[in-house]
Amino acid sequence: MAARVIFDEMSGHDGRSRDAYRILQDWLKSAPPQLLEHRREEAELFFRRVGITFAVYGNAEAEERLIPFDIIPRILSGQEWARLARGLEQRVKALNMFLKDIYGAREILRAGIVPPELVYLNPYYRPQMHGLTLNSDIYVQVAGIDIVRVDDQDFYVLEDNLRTPSGVSYMLENREVMMRLFPELVGMQRIRPIENYVDELLGTLKSVAPASSPWDPTVVILTPGSLNSAYYEHSFLADRMGVELVEGRDLFVRDEMVYMRTTEGPKRVDVIYSRIDDDFLDPLVFRPDSALGVPGLIAAYRAGNVAIANAPGTGVADDKAMYSYVPDIVRFYMGEEPILKNVPTWRCREQDSLSYVLDNLHELVVKEVNGSGGYGMLVGPHATAEAREHFKGRILSSPDNYIAQPTLALSTSPIFTEKGLAPRHVDLRPFVLTGRDGVRLVPGGLTRVALTEGSLVVNSSQGGGTKDTWVLSE
Amino acid sequence: MLSRDADSLYWLSRYVERAENTARILDVAYRMASMPISYNGVETNEWESALITAGGIDQFRAVHGEATPENVIEFLAFSEANPSSIQCCFDTARQNARSVRSALTSEMWEAINSAWLDLRRYKARSIKVEDLPRFLNLVKEASLRYDGSAMRTMLRNDAYWFSRLGLYIERADNTARVLDVKYHVLLPQDAAVGGGIDYYQWAAILRSVSALVSYQWVYHQNLRPWLVADLLILREEMPRSLAACYAALSRHLDDISHRYGTSGLAQRQARATHARLANQNIEDIFQHGLHEFLQEFLAENNRLGHAITNQYLC
Repeated sequence: MAARVIFDEMSGHDGRSRDAYRILQDWLKSAPPQLLEHRREEAELFFRRVGITFAVYGNAEAEERLIPFDIIPRILSGQEWARLARGLEQRVKALNMFLKDIYGAREILRAGIVPPELVYLNPYYRPQMHGLTLNSDIYVQVAGIDIVRVDDQDFYVLEDNLRTPSGVSYMLENREVMMRLFPELVGMQRIRPIENYVDELLGTLKSVAPASSPWDPTVVILTPGSLNSAYYEHSFLADRMGVELVEGRDLFVRDEMVYMRTTEGPKRVDVIYSRIDDDFLDPLVFRPDSALGVPGLIAAYRAGNVAIANAPGTGVADDKAMYSYVPDIVRFYMGEEPILKNVPTWRCREQDSLSYVLDNLHELVVKEVNGSGGYGMLVGPHATAEAREHFKGRILSSPDNYIAQPTLALSTSPIFTEKGLAPRHVDLRPFVLTGRDGVRLVPGGLTRVALTEGSLVVNSSQGGGTKDTWVLSE
Repeated sequence: MLSRDADSLYWLSRYVERAENTARILDVAYRMASMPISYNGVETNEWESALITAGGIDQFRAVHGEATPENVIEFLAFSEANPSSIQCCFDTARQNARSVRSALTSEMWEAINSAWLDLRRYKARSIKVEDLPRFLNLVKEASLRYDGSAMRTMLRNDAYWFSRLGLYIERADNTARVLDVKYHVLLPQDAAVGGGIDYYQWAAILRSVSALVSYQWVYHQNLRPWLVADLLILREEMPRSLAACYAALSRHLDDISHRYGTSGLAQRQARATHARLANQNIEDIFQHGLHEFLQEFLAENNRLGHAITNQYLC
């Protein structure tokens, strides 16, 4: 791996500035070093005062931590974005059709494209959704697709997040901070705006309201509560959209209608943007011990009296075993070649792949099929022999539970460090909104960056940071 | 609005107001204690009466013995065993603020959050008695900033009114308790004594609700105990008086009932108490017994709090 020359977003393979970065690079050259340090401190102060924090599970000390913010933006040219956007739209459309199909006619299973057991034995498959006709045919209203690249040609999808993807508040706050701290730099080029995201989100949510709702449907965000790691984002979105942020106990169901408890008495709810795992939505249907959910919610949903976004049961399409079938899923429903590539993936459930994975652990990344947040994964080249041996045992005890991928030479982007600019690996999570009236996509996304030199893990729960992401006008 | 959000706002304001009141009480104890005095031959313990005023004496006794400056300051300002300590008030206030982030303006959130961050720095090292005034100032400024940002930045809707209700219920409770703890020094028979010590006690009562200067502006005469009681109970122009609190409570409850188009028990109770305060004079109150009057008022105020909760917050 060390032999490969890593592609850098700013300087490419050969150290020459790429077009989109030219203005930034000139500006960086002329900016006095103290200026950057000073602005970095200001940014941190801003985040702390505003209280943009996240919680780390199982870490009482750092109950509320700031996600480190790096002040050097990551930039995509207009052409790069146009191509990426087409690919995202294509992929999310196909995934929505796939979900409608497996909870309906199941043609893709009959066609033998996806093995049925991957659907039926999937812990996120929800039999309660089967045969249910959603009035919008949309299952995934909000998708967060994790994108990486290894050169200036292709975008690879690392992961589809179709349940409760988070991070969009950082995307928006990062831009706000950059405009506040670097107005002169921001003003030097035409950066496409992203501030309309919340309007697009609200429009998307309203578009999927049940047919019976009033012309201006009541939308709420359902949060597990203020101890949840993404609580800041939930309250941020509620505030910006001007909708209520509810917990399960604020809602109740009567005669298959959902109401919230307000100071003026019960008020009918039409659309729930749920940021709770399906498992906890309704103790009568899913986990009976859930105190977060609303008894009777699924009955109201099935009766067509409330919309839930994303729909329960979308997780079946975003686990890492299903991931490897997504290119086939795109071909099946869209009749087109996928624009975005998949990272080659070995499914440990298949005997040949399993032996390959076990023999080549030292150069593979192994992931739990249902894991998220960077937990439960092994980065082979960076792990000790002992850790690899230990992980081998885990794979062998339930091979179905693991997939493996080559360690990609993820592109890097410069960050600001005490010693000046230094390259670090990045990914990108654009947010794709799908409503009854089509796909909405704001140009950009959340760029996550591994702050430790050489590290490939960008997850905020594991010491990753974020950057502002600029898409330039063509 | 969501009942839970209204409840959080209501308690958020109560806790900020309570922290400020506790800071004032400590401030007065600090001033009084710096004068070595005895009253009617009995040594008064100003730190102990601070505990009584703040309503924490029983909890205090469960943990400590005699009240000393150090342990009272610790208990009222920092103790985790005392849910009404200044530190706990700000912890709870911030928790509530976090859960209603979207109902707060960013100015209000920043007021709470930065106060909480500032106060946490004090927790780390134990505070010396002589550092107390600076700490208390910080608390009062935090409360002023919160209150000011609420007044200047909030939409005048139910969220604003519920946060005001919490503030005035808490404030009325505090003023009544400040008076009740010292009611004996306000009784007419003691006025005959009229020595320097009483004067300090009366001044202390006024100071603990920041009304010492206002007194002069209203009455233009030396401190008289019945006028001190008059000012803090019946004068609507005095912002911490019981009458002023109830004028505000019944006004904001009416705001809510106009907006919602219905009214209930809370409106009736607030209006009744307000009318009674408006129609009474201080002689009648002394006739009836100041202590009895204050005890009844405290119970009534508490009932109004319950009525608001039952009607709107659950």
